[in-house]
Amino acid sequence: MKKILELLERDASLSAEQIAVMLGRDPIAVAAQIKEFEEKNIIVGYKTIINWENTDAEPVSAIIELKVTPQRSEGFDEVAKRIYQYEEVASVYLMSGGYDLALIIEGKTMKEVALFVAEKLAPLEQVLSTATHFVLKKYKVDGVIINEKHQDTREVMSL
Amino acid sequence: MNYEQLLSEKVKQIPPSGIRKFFDIVSEMKDAISLGVGEPDFVTPWHIRDEAIYSLERGRTYYTSNAGLMELRTELSRYMERRVNLTYDPAKEILVTVGGSEAIDLCIRALVNPGDEVLVPEPSFVCYKPCAVLAGATAVPIVTKNEDKFKLTKQALLDAITPKTKLLVLPYPNNPTGGIMTNEDLEEIASVLREKNIFVLSDEIYGELTYGREHVSIASLPGMWERTIVVNGFSKSYAMTGWRLGWAAAPKEIMEQMMKIHQYAIMCAPTASQYAAVEAVKNGDNDIARMREEYNYRRRVIVDGFNKMGLSCFEPEGAFYVFPSVQSTGLTSNDFAEKLLMQEKIAVVPGTAFGDSGEGFIRCSYAYSIANINAALERIDRFVNGRS
Repeated sequence: MKKILELLERDASLSAEQIAVMLGRDPIAVAAQIKEFEEKNIIVGYKTIINWENTDAEPVSAIIELKVTPQRSEGFDEVAKRIYQYEEVASVYLMSGGYDLALIIEGKTMKEVALFVAEKLAPLEQVLSTATHFVLKKYKVDGVIINEKHQDTREVMSL
Repeated sequence: MNYEQLLSEKVKQIPPSGIRKFFDIVSEMKDAISLGVGEPDFVTPWHIRDEAIYSLERGRTYYTSNAGLMELRTELSRYMERRVNLTYDPAKEILVTVGGSEAIDLCIRALVNPGDEVLVPEPSFVCYKPCAVLAGATAVPIVTKNEDKFKLTKQALLDAITPKTKLLVLPYPNNPTGGIMTNEDLEEIASVLREKNIFVLSDEIYGELTYGREHVSIASLPGMWERTIVVNGFSKSYAMTGWRLGWAAAPKEIMEQMMKIHQYAIMCAPTASQYAAVEAVKNGDNDIARMREEYNYRRRVIVDGFNKMGLSCFEPEGAFYVFPSVQSTGLTSNDFAEKLLMQEKIAVVPGTAFGDSGEGFIRCSYAYSIANINAALERIDRFVNGRS
């Protein structure tokens, strides 16, 4: 059961049938299991890792550190909810340590991201301070090394 | 100079490996997909590489003792205790070699006299026969069969034994067939060897790569330790082919003789490799498990693929090869491999490279990414089913 999740986590494009072969299990059972994972919100979605740098588009991403005032009785959850509604916000994490929320913001240009922080996030009454860090280059994303194309360098051997 | 007359007769009679010539063509061919390579596609795990680098930083650039770093031999004795339930004295009964292949050569040379016979189950790895011949012995093939899952059977062994039989090579888990020997299978063989007083060279290089059941060493059976030379290495299990490191474990009387050859021919295995190996054998069990799982996925994909396209393929339980039959196509192994390469640019190894009994089969390695395997299967399917 966990194996199905592990396989899908590293390659979402695998079909239920392919997974069934890899695990030596019945395809119908595997498909049913995947469906159940989806229904139980264990599999939340499927995404593709794209190296945008190799395309014409060059989206900008930034990590924003936020210090916020937690809300009475709702703690940080209400603040987070308020913030993750914005579609510019790709990820929101509650953090331990020097600040409270870490955001990953995706935008078309640096200006767009900066303005979003200045105009939408900073004015929120629960937000005490923001620090914006632009991502300059991505090396490894979700376990995948971005700019390394695998090459088979094994030489001819007599065995 | 008339070299023909001057060169060693014994060496001249040995043919070059049949696998190589094929792949010289492949390496020239653009966009060919290979299922030919007999080594892991994984890079050696970083923590192992890191230890080798650290050993260089510390200036560990000297020879080690002839038998190998004591620390490594001690770890190897613990490893053998833990994995195959065998006890060897690291000081006298373990020798670190340049790959498992050196250990094979040493073992045969240390045991045989001119005229002795060495039994070699086939299809199998290509080096046993030449090593036996170079040592002045005669290699006697024992044919193993698809219907027996390419296991060595008691009867086949009995049929091959003569008064001159000195040594049996036991190459399981097997390259190229993927066959294994279970505890019960081994007991059958052991009963014969005990009675006839024959040595065994147990080549367990793929011992960590079994799927479904744990590898058993024949040396762990009653009365077998004293007549078995276990050969193993880091190449396959830890993805360390290029480090050229293996070992042999045997009773000290045999080891003393092997040691002399090693001492004069090799001196010692490479030092940096040995430091890497200490880390591997100490902290590498998880790496093995991870790679084994990955091979197992691929194994199921490739077996499924061959059976679906109509090339029947018994389920291999070890190593990283499948050995499907191509008899249904009416082609010989060699014609199949050659036509497949020319028409679809897929490289496989004809079964005959591993002995005459490999006729009718091809060896495909699944030490390749699943994407690579799937692409190859698609083309082989087109070749097999689009042809007639």
